[in-house]
Amino acid sequence: MSDFKPQIVLFCCNWFSHDGADLAGTSILHGAPHLRVIRTMCSGRVEPSFILRAFKSGADGVMIAGCYAGDCHYMSGNYKSQRRVMLLKKTLPQLGIGPERLKLDLISAPEAPKFPSSVNEFIHEVTELGALNVAKAGAN
Amino acid sequence: MIVTTQKPLDEILDFISPYKNILIVGCDGCTQPPRGIREAETLSQLLDLGGKLRNKEFNFKVNTLVKQCDSHLTAVALKDMIDDDVEAVLSLACGLGPQTIAILYPELPVFPAQNTVFIGAEEREAGTIEERCAACGDCVLGLTGGICPVSRCAKSLLNGPCGGSQNGKCEIDPEKDCAWALIIERLEKLGRLQDLEAIQPPKDHQAVARPGKIMP
Repeated sequence: MSDFKPQIVLFCCNWFSHDGADLAGTSILHGAPHLRVIRTMCSGRVEPSFILRAFKSGADGVMIAGCYAGDCHYMSGNYKSQRRVMLLKKTLPQLGIGPERLKLDLISAPEAPKFPSSVNEFIHEVTELGALNVAKAGAN
Repeated sequence: MIVTTQKPLDEILDFISPYKNILIVGCDGCTQPPRGIREAETLSQLLDLGGKLRNKEFNFKVNTLVKQCDSHLTAVALKDMIDDDVEAVLSLACGLGPQTIAILYPELPVFPAQNTVFIGAEEREAGTIEERCAACGDCVLGLTGGICPVSRCAKSLLNGPCGGSQNGKCEIDPEKDCAWALIIERLEKLGRLQDLEAIQPPKDHQAVARPGKIMP
């Protein structure tokens, strides 16, 4: 594989990330020097404009980690993020950005050990896809 | 409420690409799905991203109006939003919004970001928005138990159902309910089935002479 290290923005739900992000610290970051974790109080707080701003600022992939269906601390935040991501995945291809560059993963707290592998998998997928070059395009 | 769908981003980008400073205005009125400040903000980010990919830099101002179709409200609110820098306006309202703004600011190019599709309402269970009124100018809801056959029947029949109604579904699209099956069900509940025995004469399609105009 090439030396390309993708810029990944990971929005992490506060309630889920108690366990998940702890594990992330030990299991993910070695392989992804350009992973940026942003903690939000709920995956439902992540508005489409946040995701778009991440892409605009040079992210090659954006991932949102939230709680499993029915486990949301605020009852319905994860359903909202699910719907938003679904809509955004339909819109992004209009700009030539593949929907696979955006990932929503709803993981239940007991499944937290799955979280690092899910992130690693995403990093691997985005590495395969290559750079998005939005920031570079703007600089020209 | 008036239902709109977003235009393809390429089409919007083609509209606005000759300009740099653009005001995007949402509408908090009846437009569904919502097209308020959040949607305007999202669209600005999408277009910004789209612009970058086309090597084009935009400078967006994002705001929302209470009801873009109300020329008084819109005139007052736009005064504070439109300054000398604004070169073009992109409206998220139904077809009325861009027209109202175009009349208020004849020298300013106004573009629609939406395609206006129909007058509809939200179907809560299915999570969809469905057409409910055809603005025909000759309302028959009093005869049909409050269910509109003009907009909901694929053939707009006034004396239904037709032979294509099967298990309460329409032959045109088996996903859609047969409006006349719904009407019969509803009238049965109301004990007014005998109303259906009266034959309705052909509809007066000139009830509203287009373009419509009334003195309120």
